[in-house]
Amino acid sequence: MPKKTYRQAINEALRQEMERDPRVILMGEDVAGGMGSPGEDDAWGGPLGVTKGLMPRFGRERVLDTPITESAFIGAAVGAAVTGLRPVAELMFVDFFGVCFDQIFNQAAKFRYMFGGKARTPLVIRTMYGAGFRAASQHSQCLYSIFTHIPGLKVVLPSNAYEAKGLLIQAIRDDDPVIFFEHKAMYDEEAEVPDEPYTIPFGEANVTREGGDATIIAMGRMVNFANQVADELAKENIGVTVVDIRTTSPLDKETILETAAETGRVVVVDESHPRCSVATDIAALVAQEAFEHLEAPVKMVTAPHAPVPFSPALEDLYIPSPARIRRAVQEVLAFGR
Amino acid sequence: MQLSREELLHAYRQMRTIRAFEDRVHEEFQAGNIPGFVHLYAGEEACAVGFCIHLKEGDYIASTHRGHGHCIAKGCDVRAMMAEIFGKKSGLCGGKGGSMHIADLERGMMGANGIVGGGPPLVCGAALTAKTLKTGGVAIAFVGDGGSNQGTTLESYNLAKVWNLPAIFVIEDNGYAESTASSWAVAGSQVGRAAGFGMPGYEVDGHDFFAVYAIAREVVERARMGGGPSLVHVRFARYYGHFEGDAMTYRGKDEVPRLMAERDCLKLFRERVLEAALLDAAELDRIDHEVAELIDRATAEAKAAPMPTEADLLTDVYVSYS
Repeated sequence: MPKKTYRQAINEALRQEMERDPRVILMGEDVAGGMGSPGEDDAWGGPLGVTKGLMPRFGRERVLDTPITESAFIGAAVGAAVTGLRPVAELMFVDFFGVCFDQIFNQAAKFRYMFGGKARTPLVIRTMYGAGFRAASQHSQCLYSIFTHIPGLKVVLPSNAYEAKGLLIQAIRDDDPVIFFEHKAMYDEEAEVPDEPYTIPFGEANVTREGGDATIIAMGRMVNFANQVADELAKENIGVTVVDIRTTSPLDKETILETAAETGRVVVVDESHPRCSVATDIAALVAQEAFEHLEAPVKMVTAPHAPVPFSPALEDLYIPSPARIRRAVQEVLAFGR
Repeated sequence: MQLSREELLHAYRQMRTIRAFEDRVHEEFQAGNIPGFVHLYAGEEACAVGFCIHLKEGDYIASTHRGHGHCIAKGCDVRAMMAEIFGKKSGLCGGKGGSMHIADLERGMMGANGIVGGGPPLVCGAALTAKTLKTGGVAIAFVGDGGSNQGTTLESYNLAKVWNLPAIFVIEDNGYAESTASSWAVAGSQVGRAAGFGMPGYEVDGHDFFAVYAIAREVVERARMGGGPSLVHVRFARYYGHFEGDAMTYRGKDEVPRLMAERDCLKLFRERVLEAALLDAAELDRIDHEVAELIDRATAEAKAAPMPTEADLLTDVYVSYS
């Protein structure tokens, strides 16, 4: 099977869905780039080149560069979705949601319910998240817990290139608004990705490692760190199950609870801040519904309750590391023994 | 400008329906029969009707928190609207939206909106759909004078112009954003803002149906022909408070009675068509009577209709969710 980067997988998913359905359009700041400028057309393809090549193929009518005006164009994507298009809007960095959140959580998320089931809002908002790029406090946050909190939204966090393609095609074909989180440190990571289109259903977690001693529940980039830790510990004859939850909304409670019950020793790994987060949500779920199977308190490995720092020395301390995950696993393994 | 007899009768019936609907909602709210917040459109009817009379199937509007008039003008079912405002299962939105979120996408009504300035970006989207799918459709954002100061509204002017969208921005200026005068809160002028974005801008007396009708026709045609967005600043008065229960202490003592006596859109319409012998008084009286009956029936039905039940609580959060 061909190897492709996360970036190529996303680009391919967009291209294949745009070929399949003329109602799929892209919009965002510099998604083509060069609009109205004297130099090259398709100059950028997004700031990290993810949408490069789509404008020459589909034209400016379907790959729309926007002014820097998130509330207008995210709102326009919502309005277009509810009137018959299937827009994929790019919110360049999720940190920018503060200027357009109303259109997402008060408009897109609520139409179907408020309008008595008569609205469909097939919208995808692709957005970049995560630390590790030395991009500092306003370009490095996770924030998916905030979207997860809102009924009416679906929230997707692909953990590698294979996942990214299948989950994005699913998102585009989905009839509800989907927020699709791409980790900016993963665009160059490769995985085996089929050439043909395929979908990965929402709300179905993926068990990426199986082991009988402890369970790590993770999402997004943290799945890779968890896999790495599980592989290291396997060499020491410690079996660790790793669950990639794939979507925080809907959440595959069943797989989380089953895998938690199997080992009774659970670590939740979330790159986000620790308060009111996906990690606390999962920890609470396990504590409430798998209590009788637990052998140790649920442990969370997260970023601290602080903004993301700029200095590489500080940022490296900030991001949950494989070493911290490994320590947490060892702690839950040692509990009560 | 010459309206056909049918158009005149239609316009009068719609304006009368909005007035009667709002007067009845006012009474029922005062009597404690309607839950939540309601914001009434009485006094402003000529604007919604003057614009929506030019719209066809496939055209869209987005409204404000003061949305009943736009709904009726865009053809929403009055009985289902009343049931919605009473919170009933037979309501236009199954009782889940209420007055502030009343919507009917099948009729091109994208919803009243509880968020001031929520509608203009959505209208850019509806206009983009029309442009992309080449439907020939247009989309109108009704925005209050308060909403005209929101960033979403100003950003939407820019986007609509940059993308050359078939969008129209109608600034409904009833003089007050809640209790704050628009003469104080709006810097510059609405038409000056339109000019700043390179859009044609107009100012019109919103009590005069015929004046609204003429400008609306021009801007809708421009949008339909690919000529891009326009802005219309409509000045008029609201007869009731910002919300029901508002004592309107911020208004001048005789302001409302004077406006009702001198500038009422229904009165002006009636005088104009009778003077010009376009319609006769008996026809208009008959419409008044029929509308009163419709509103009576809608109210009685709404009161008698069953509430939604627990089975409805969690339906329609998503199209599908597992």
